[in-house]
Amino acid sequence: MAPIDTAQSSNAAGEPSAALRFARQSANTLFSLFITFIGLLAVTFFISRVIPIDPVTAILGERATGEQIAALTQKLGLNDPLWQQFGIYVWDVFHGDLGLSVRTRDPILSEIGRYFPATLELSTLGILIGVIVGIPAGVLGATKPGSWRDLFVRLIGLMGYSMPVFWLGLMGLLLFYGELGWVGGPGRLDSMYEMMIDMTVPPVTHMILIDTALAGEWDMFWNAVSHIILPASLLGYLSMAYISRMTRSFMMNELGQEYITTARVKGMPERRVIWVHAMRNVAVPLITVVALSYAYLLEGAVLTETIFAWPGLGRYITDALLVADMPAVLGGTIVVGAVYIGINMLSDFLYRLADPRAR
Amino acid sequence: MSFLPLARKAGAATLAALLLGAAPAALMAATPADTLVIAAAIDDIVSLDPAEAYEFSGLDIVNNTYDGLVEINPATLALEPGLAESWSVADDGVTYTFKMKAGVTFASGNPVTAEAAAYSLQRAVKVNKTPAFILNQFGWTAENVDTMITGAGDTLTLKVDKPFAPTFLYNCLTAGVASIVDAETVKTHDVGGDMANEWLKNNSAGTGAYVLKSYKPNEGVILEARPGYWRGDAILKNVFIQHIPEPATERLQIEKGDVDIARALTPTDVAGLEGNADVSVVTDVGGQVYYLSFNQKNEMYKNTKFLDAMRWAIDYQGMADTIMKGAVIPHQSFLPQGYLGALDDLPYSLDIEKAKALLAESGVKDPVVTLTVRNAADRMDISQSIQNTFGQAGIKVELKVGEGAEVLKDYRARLHDATLQTWGPDYPDPNTNSSTFAENPDNSDAANATGYLAWRNAYDPGAMTAASQAAVMERDPEKRKVMYADIQKTHRETSPFILMFQQARQTGLRSNVQGFYAGGAVDAASFWLVSK
Repeated sequence: MAPIDTAQSSNAAGEPSAALRFARQSANTLFSLFITFIGLLAVTFFISRVIPIDPVTAILGERATGEQIAALTQKLGLNDPLWQQFGIYVWDVFHGDLGLSVRTRDPILSEIGRYFPATLELSTLGILIGVIVGIPAGVLGATKPGSWRDLFVRLIGLMGYSMPVFWLGLMGLLLFYGELGWVGGPGRLDSMYEMMIDMTVPPVTHMILIDTALAGEWDMFWNAVSHIILPASLLGYLSMAYISRMTRSFMMNELGQEYITTARVKGMPERRVIWVHAMRNVAVPLITVVALSYAYLLEGAVLTETIFAWPGLGRYITDALLVADMPAVLGGTIVVGAVYIGINMLSDFLYRLADPRAR
Repeated sequence: MSFLPLARKAGAATLAALLLGAAPAALMAATPADTLVIAAAIDDIVSLDPAEAYEFSGLDIVNNTYDGLVEINPATLALEPGLAESWSVADDGVTYTFKMKAGVTFASGNPVTAEAAAYSLQRAVKVNKTPAFILNQFGWTAENVDTMITGAGDTLTLKVDKPFAPTFLYNCLTAGVASIVDAETVKTHDVGGDMANEWLKNNSAGTGAYVLKSYKPNEGVILEARPGYWRGDAILKNVFIQHIPEPATERLQIEKGDVDIARALTPTDVAGLEGNADVSVVTDVGGQVYYLSFNQKNEMYKNTKFLDAMRWAIDYQGMADTIMKGAVIPHQSFLPQGYLGALDDLPYSLDIEKAKALLAESGVKDPVVTLTVRNAADRMDISQSIQNTFGQAGIKVELKVGEGAEVLKDYRARLHDATLQTWGPDYPDPNTNSSTFAENPDNSDAANATGYLAWRNAYDPGAMTAASQAAVMERDPEKRKVMYADIQKTHRETSPFILMFQQARQTGLRSNVQGFYAGGAVDAASFWLVSK
């Protein structure tokens, strides 16, 4: 690690103080976040205006009269110049107003507040499974490339990469739910619990595992676990495929480095060489890999959510798209984008923590 | 390798976690004995306020939580007394008197009165949501409805603005928008003069067999039976409708017994369920009709021989049997099966030779039809079949595929050449389809009468407009029926519309489920008669 330290100190030379540096970095980050977010708003807004879906027809439908169409066009401000519409839109978004859903006429922000926790719960569990299984699997492959274990891990990874997720999901349901009965079916709970939950479990976080645990409803908690485990494993499998591949390649690269040879020559136990010395350096690029996988899952695994009747964000956006509910699509996309930006920021932060050169 | 045990431990821990999660599920039995569990796609619900609900799933809920003055028998689909025990129309043809049934209570325990009934209809007009037009047809407006509709004692009086066919009013009173609400309860939940519209999105205040316990959009609806339902208490105590949009998932659930009824199965799933002794499939018609229409701004489509040639160049039965596999039945008139006066005969079938001969007779040379189609799988399949058979008859079809709202916009602006469309009736009276398919009082561009499908196709139905307008005023139900039959016959022989199919719905039921009625083309589903 010595060269890294040198690099850091040379970088640090001439800097006034750590606090000031941190403040400046944070300001930079925030500014770039702000610009990115405005860019996101602009892109989604203008795309929604150029696609051939007329919002007025979408809202009023087949039976609308000419007067109704004119009135709504006026009310939605669609006669105003585009830049003015965009200005109003940005103003509203920064005031927490994503507009009303065309279909339900409810505020989109509160709808997303209901659907997003379901996705968050599912994808967090998914990425945990992906990391817990994927990293050791990748390391396993890297330490003995070409062995049958390595081939096995790569084969499993390849399958996760190449099989369509709806097929895997349906087959998983068929096997583990339909045939074996090991897991719960689609939905977040059995219908019996679904009917009880409103009365017994206060919706604190809207995440069922956490809410049921907080309420001490353990039967319900375990039932929720049995429902989430299959879709979470599926998502875990998909991210595992990516994470294990990348871990393997990063690790193989590290294991070829001279400091590893040095460590081995010193007589250091192999376990320490791999998990402490090599892993420290593998961790840096791996953070990006994991963060990207997580963001990908959080965007809403649309097909998984559809097959497992999971009331999540991905399905919300898809359903909205199918009925041309553009405000909801726009709102959902912005939330996804914001989450993406947030995760990027987090991974930047972790990156700096793990790699002193980046500080 | 020294790290292997660690990996093994991690693997074992993961597996253990998996199995731990699995264990309680394995112990769970099928659906609870007192609960009807239904898998359905319910993302169409906008509101469960009967004055606003106007989508299939929402009306199913309303049908089980509210009743109207006039009801439809779930089994026979015939009109029968609802909350009114009897009714009559005065000789002037505009004054109706309904005698309320005695001893009926709302779920709250409040009695059903003529005042509550009057309030309900007044409210539906005043709240003025999408389905309000069904009531507005009778001349009721927010301004006059308080005097046009009055209730006192056990008598409700309705005044309408024209001497309509009484069956027209009675049929419209079976619609969800005419449900009777618990006026006392509703008034206590008024927020800012919304007449409890917001509250009724998530709550019910009706006389129905069930009360709405919970509604979570895109997740599910829970209904709970109430004691003392006037048609006899619901057999099952709870109904849980779970939003399962993926048909293959529904199929798995019903095979497994985790749901009692599956309502969004595709023909493929139905085929897969064949031979499964635990599941039966029932078919019921819906109200939607599929049609082709041709814009008469193009002179070619005024040629009746040419229109006839196209009628004989469609494989009605073949499409229903193969690409639509039970999702539709052939149907060739604009009134769906189940409607007063509907013609169910099928005079046309695929006959390429006949089509060729008619095309030759018509004098139209090398016709090219540009068919606008929505980018949905079933629409694409149908239009490709038509492209094929029209081609065999010598009529070239060019497909123009677009997103639904966009296709609709062109259609409403009379910019299409030909289009494949569906139409769902608005209320259970023949006037709903007759007025739009067979009437067009002003065919000029300036009229912009997009509400008339005839206008959208620049079609002037001539004497049919008057005939249809007369049918909605005909006071003798039998005569009225004959009038609609005549209109449909003329329409299908002369208009630039080709009616092809009526929607069919296939519902999967666990074999122990009895007494489920989906409602046909005129009504919504009934849950209170279901046993298992």
